Amino acid sequence: MSFNRYILIYRESDAGVDKNENLFDAFMKELGEKDPSNSVQVVDAVMNGKADPDSTLVKIIPDNIYFKCKDPVDAIKIVDDFIIKNNPVKKLEAAANNIQYRIVLRNCGVIDPENINEYIAREGYSALEKVLFDMTPDEVIAEIKKSGLRGRGGAGFPTGNKWAFTQQAVGDVKYVVCNADEGDPGAYMDRSTLEGDPNSIIEAMAIAGYAVGASKGYIYIRAEYPLAIKRLEIAISQATEMGLMGKNIMGSDFSFEIEIRYGAGAFVCGEETALLASLQGERGMPKPRPPFPAVKGLWGKPTVINNVETLANIPVIIIKGSDWFNRIGTEKSKGTKVFAVTGKVKNSGLVEVPMGTTLRDIIFTVSGGIGNNRKFKAVQTGGPSGGVIPEKFLDTPIDYENLVALGSMMGSGGMIVMDEDDCMVDVNKFYLQFSVDESCGKCAPCRLGGRQLLTYLQDIAKGNGDLKDIDKMKRIGNAMQKASLCGLGQTTSNPIQSALKYFYDEYEEHIVHKKCRAGKCLELLTYTINPEKCSRCGICKRVCPASAISGDRESGFAIDNAVCIKCGECYNRCKFDAIDRG
Amino acid sequence: MKEQSNTSFTLSPAVLEYIDKWKDKPGNLIMTLHKVQEEYGYVPRSAALQLTELLDIPLAKIYGVLTFYHLFKLKKPGKYLIQVCIGTACYLNGGEDILQELEHILGIGVNQTTPDELFSIEAVRCIGCCGLSPVMNINGEIFGKLKKEDLAKIIAQYTK
Repeated sequence: MSFNRYILIYRESDAGVDKNENLFDAFMKELGEKDPSNSVQVVDAVMNGKADPDSTLVKIIPDNIYFKCKDPVDAIKIVDDFIIKNNPVKKLEAAANNIQYRIVLRNCGVIDPENINEYIAREGYSALEKVLFDMTPDEVIAEIKKSGLRGRGGAGFPTGNKWAFTQQAVGDVKYVVCNADEGDPGAYMDRSTLEGDPNSIIEAMAIAGYAVGASKGYIYIRAEYPLAIKRLEIAISQATEMGLMGKNIMGSDFSFEIEIRYGAGAFVCGEETALLASLQGERGMPKPRPPFPAVKGLWGKPTVINNVETLANIPVIIIKGSDWFNRIGTEKSKGTKVFAVTGKVKNSGLVEVPMGTTLRDIIFTVSGGIGNNRKFKAVQTGGPSGGVIPEKFLDTPIDYENLVALGSMMGSGGMIVMDEDDCMVDVNKFYLQFSVDESCGKCAPCRLGGRQLLTYLQDIAKGNGDLKDIDKMKRIGNAMQKASLCGLGQTTSNPIQSALKYFYDEYEEHIVHKKCRAGKCLELLTYTINPEKCSRCGICKRVCPASAISGDRESGFAIDNAVCIKCGECYNRCKFDAIDRG
Repeated sequence: MKEQSNTSFTLSPAVLEYIDKWKDKPGNLIMTLHKVQEEYGYVPRSAALQLTELLDIPLAKIYGVLTFYHLFKLKKPGKYLIQVCIGTACYLNGGEDILQELEHILGIGVNQTTPDELFSIEAVRCIGCCGLSPVMNINGEIFGKLKKEDLAKIIAQYTK
């Protein structure tokens, strides 16, 4: 079920927990009485910025209004007046604030990643210690299950269940694999985590090993990340030296060692079964599931595979407890998510916010909105497997389910912001080209379907499209979703499907009117010389490779559009802005 | 049938030492190929032939792996390998223009090497520097927030 409204109660740090608990209870109690249909969810959110010491920041979604609450009486007022009666409560309103909260990136930029002592000083390896001496493997798995942590690699599978399956699988040898093959172009949270806090991943892998009964772990990492590799190597050797890794860790019966293996530039290797094939030194092609890796994984042994960001949450959950973690985020998506916000925003970078934060807050409040006085057009989440989300859905609280409902997905957390200068057909073409390049070629729906979709897009971008192509694209996309072997093929058509849903008019413009409003589809542009601006220097005529420009310095120059090959050379070379294109 | 290995070619001691260390580990092929490429800048056919013997892996399988992964090169790149990022963020911020301008300056296309073997151009997917887009990487050195006008100057640094 979904909620109409969300109340986010922010706290600055752990110090504010007690103060907030009263407020939390007051909201719950008041809502329990006044909102019998249970349409509002109260969320314990944490912010990174400075807060007013005397009050607590409360945010209402989707209204995007912040309130400052001092005591439970304020909570009652907000529920009664604002939530139930929809009246403004100006007295308590506050300006928007920094809403980031770091769990995964807690140590990044704070500690020296090449010095294990600094990690230890920040409670490092105390989760491993707690697990080894105070908890049974079953208790560890129960704790992770209870925390509600879900895989951050994209699909959002509950991590605790994954561990439980691997633990229950029959086998004397089991493996833990860390998926650090961050292939989504535009996402780099895993690289930053590994470079800034490598020990947290190593510790988490050992905890996973203890829980599922594995004594060997592999980190499968992109070879394109040499610094991350170097720092992991340093972390592993320092941890081994200190007895935190290797034989009989901290004097216990548990032994665990980690080996680093490199990827070699194949996006499909982010898929579990393809990753395992690659780890075994083979071509990275996926296999049908079941059997799942939890039962039959690396070299046929039960294997648990977790993404870097997922693992980075583990030590914190063990130390602070599942109850603490459970209260951050939304009903079904707990904790925080790191997003790599890039594209046309003013401040691109990593943003870690509680689940349930709105897209608008991430893009406009944290990342500063769109630069160059341009207007926001859409945001693509989930990389090449996700979809575009237009302006009207920016107030959606982000969680796994909400993004899927919008036709996109969480993915690894890439968030590409586009403005009005970006053309949907062109962007779709870009993603399709990527998916086609990266298709391993094993199954026909992905291998052939992707190529066919790309052909249609190329035709549309050239002005040779037909409205019938849109139906064909939808049908091919649906077939790929159902019949492809792995996630890559199943999601290849997502960007197109979502663009057709939200930006159909743009496709229609390309096909019917042969126009690209963003000016990206070069072959749909026409070039003309503006005689008022033209200084008759003649450079356009000289650079034109198709000899489409005629005239001389006396009579002026003109472009023959029948001959023009739309290369844009004249437009680029004109020093007087005298060439118009549109 | 085994192909004749090129007798004039032997792998460097560093690679041989690495192979010795990895020989008995399962799934060592990709790691070994990385080492070979690190040493030579690409994977020469003669090196692949020697690996079949040293690792006891058929040549067909080695080439199967080599051609599957984008990172492995079968041709020798120039002294300076220019990798232009065309990941999503760089693409939106003009990565393609950077690529075109480089092709224009050097007179070669993507995946080609200049006749003096000084430069090669490669288009790569996301090197994880999206905050600096558009980005290119020349032998490990990152150039970010690129403008077309800067390129000639950057290239000139390397031709000296």
